[in-house]
Amino acid sequence: MAEKMAMAKAINESLRRALDSDPKVLIMGEDVGKLGGVFRVTDGLQKDFGESRVIDTPLAESGIVGTAIGLALRGYRPVVEIQFDGFVFPAYDQIVTQLAKMHARSLGKVKLPVVVRIPYGGGIGAVEHHSESPEALFAHVAGLKIVSPSNASDAYWMMQQAIQSDDPVIYFEPKRRYWDKAEVDPEAIPAPLHKARVVREGTDLTLAAYGPMVKLCQEAADAAAEEGKSLEVLDLRSVSPLDFDAVQASVEKTRRLVVVHEAPVFFGSGAEIAARITERCFYHLEAPVLRVGGYHAPYPPARLEESYLPDLDRVLDAVDRSLAY
Amino acid sequence: MTVESSAARKPRRTAAGKAGTTGTKAGTTAGRTGATGTQRTTRSTARKSTEPELVQLLTPEGKRVKNAEYDAYVAGITPEELRGLYRDMVLTRRFDAEATSLQRQGELGLWASLLGQEAAQIGSGRATREDDYVFPTYREHGVAWCRGVDPTNLLGMFRGVNNGGWDPNSNNFQLYTIVIGSQTLHATGYAMGVAKDGADSAVVAYFGDGASSQGDVAESFTFAAVYNAPVVFFCQNNQWAISEPTERQTRVPLYQRAQGYGFPGVRVDGNDVLACLAVTKRALERARNGEGPTLVEAFTYRMGAHTTSDDPTRYRGDEERLAWEAKDPILRLRRYLEASHHADEGFFAELEAESEALGKRVREAVRAMPDPDHFAIFENVYADGHALVDEERAQFAAYQASFADEGGH
Repeated sequence: MAEKMAMAKAINESLRRALDSDPKVLIMGEDVGKLGGVFRVTDGLQKDFGESRVIDTPLAESGIVGTAIGLALRGYRPVVEIQFDGFVFPAYDQIVTQLAKMHARSLGKVKLPVVVRIPYGGGIGAVEHHSESPEALFAHVAGLKIVSPSNASDAYWMMQQAIQSDDPVIYFEPKRRYWDKAEVDPEAIPAPLHKARVVREGTDLTLAAYGPMVKLCQEAADAAAEEGKSLEVLDLRSVSPLDFDAVQASVEKTRRLVVVHEAPVFFGSGAEIAARITERCFYHLEAPVLRVGGYHAPYPPARLEESYLPDLDRVLDAVDRSLAY
Repeated sequence: MTVESSAARKPRRTAAGKAGTTGTKAGTTAGRTGATGTQRTTRSTARKSTEPELVQLLTPEGKRVKNAEYDAYVAGITPEELRGLYRDMVLTRRFDAEATSLQRQGELGLWASLLGQEAAQIGSGRATREDDYVFPTYREHGVAWCRGVDPTNLLGMFRGVNNGGWDPNSNNFQLYTIVIGSQTLHATGYAMGVAKDGADSAVVAYFGDGASSQGDVAESFTFAAVYNAPVVFFCQNNQWAISEPTERQTRVPLYQRAQGYGFPGVRVDGNDVLACLAVTKRALERARNGEGPTLVEAFTYRMGAHTTSDDPTRYRGDEERLAWEAKDPILRLRRYLEASHHADEGFFAELEAESEALGKRVREAVRAMPDPDHFAIFENVYADGHALVDEERAQFAAYQASFADEGGH
């Protein structure tokens, strides 16, 4: 019974299913109740499940994550919303020093099944602190799992799997893709949460991306095809753990790799991918692993973001540079 | 519910000298509940003082004083229970002293002593019920004792063999929390869960005067108040956050902070185990009855250093310590037990022997505590596993094995 729906709606449906099937699932965050969230991702959930399960919280991100930890210790499975990427930092301490470490500190006795939803990324013409991509700041922390869907179907299933996970999961939602529609089949058998997926096969070069950049990479592959170049597009889906086996398999075939993300390139996930793939595929590579991403500058004002964000030409430029080796 | 905020302007250090001996009657008559503004003004005038109220049931001299509001909470206490409180405090102090010695001997990397705070911890800890849940800092050795946590379990993290290491759910005693104030939010969230479950358990969040400056503590007050969570915020104001006195943290007596959040705050003599028991029982009762959070400020003193790495001679003088030694929590209960003939020499002698046996047991347990296996680094990083951890564990194993192949070590 597949249905075409936008990513925001798919996440909403997934949350609804989780609330419905497990009484321990809670939704917490700023404006998630009556308003349904500023992006309407939680629209209608409080009306149907009540204020004790869909909880409008005080405007305090550390408080949201800190109390979610306490609720998880009591046996609940909170799904908390951070309203925008740039607002997660008051909660960063709780996420890094508490949420990520408590399982290890208790020698495995305590589990914290908390999902932290963060709408992230730019391209929507927003004001400061509303367009950032801080995933690398979380991927560096052991104890956390980091995922980011690129389409409505993955958004639906990865949310189901994130809620079922006994580990804390930071779930990055590409806000500029919230309104992109795709088929969602609630009876499908989903792929494992942390496995990458080849979304387009190719032979000349691999484009690896996740979240909002997967669509861009597909467009780049279309454009390159017109020039006679065959690009493979890999949707990584999960940043931690990262499916290096899938990247390796693709690169062993295409011998070239370009990693694309909105986050700044410096110390970004592309750097880690480049290092590990260079180790794994040294004798297969025909060119160094190249990266396309944000610059080492604060996220610019909206009128400049087109120049900051990776776009079709910047991806194709990197493709050309790689193929020129 | 709380005294006028004019008391705020009084530097705490000045008040502290007298705090333990503040006239209890003046502080607790005319019950807070229902006291009108006029009454409060009158009382303040009568006292000719803006010193904060302090609930006290046992004076430093060991004299039992009446308290209309709190007597009921210790009314049924038996001589045996009083001896039990005494025993708890003595054994906790003995355990603490042993841990300090073990650090000096190199068996522990660090120790955070609770010396001087026994009454605050035993009084509040003994007020809890088995189904209540406690969220400690890293100094709640006395509360751990009351919850039935084996004291040797507390030493693993200070020895460096683990970062916590006990099952919080075995005794409803959460792991020690080193990041200051973080646990108050966990306690509040847990209490929100208790309320959702419709249970009548309650939660106690421990923190200190230093932590009171943390945003997490402020946020926990907000959340607890807004959701009417069954949580008791138990602040041990031991006067010092390492080298910083309480006036570097606050301009108002800490218990008065509660007023701004809309729940009651009370200051209790933190060196009076009976008062701490009564005040905590009352706060827990409120929580169980759905009346929401309470802030308890246990006014006490850190007699020792912040930790074994600290040197308090750089920032405070002996005279302050001597003044507080006169208000020692164990001494005052002993005086009371003796004066009321609730304990004889045999009891004290037996306890002395029990203390030494505890010290010996702790000493032997710590010395026998093995270093963990190297591979423990990779254990329990995730509940559901993680490919990178598996990969790095395998690399580490191969690296270790490479030495064995060469017939090394």
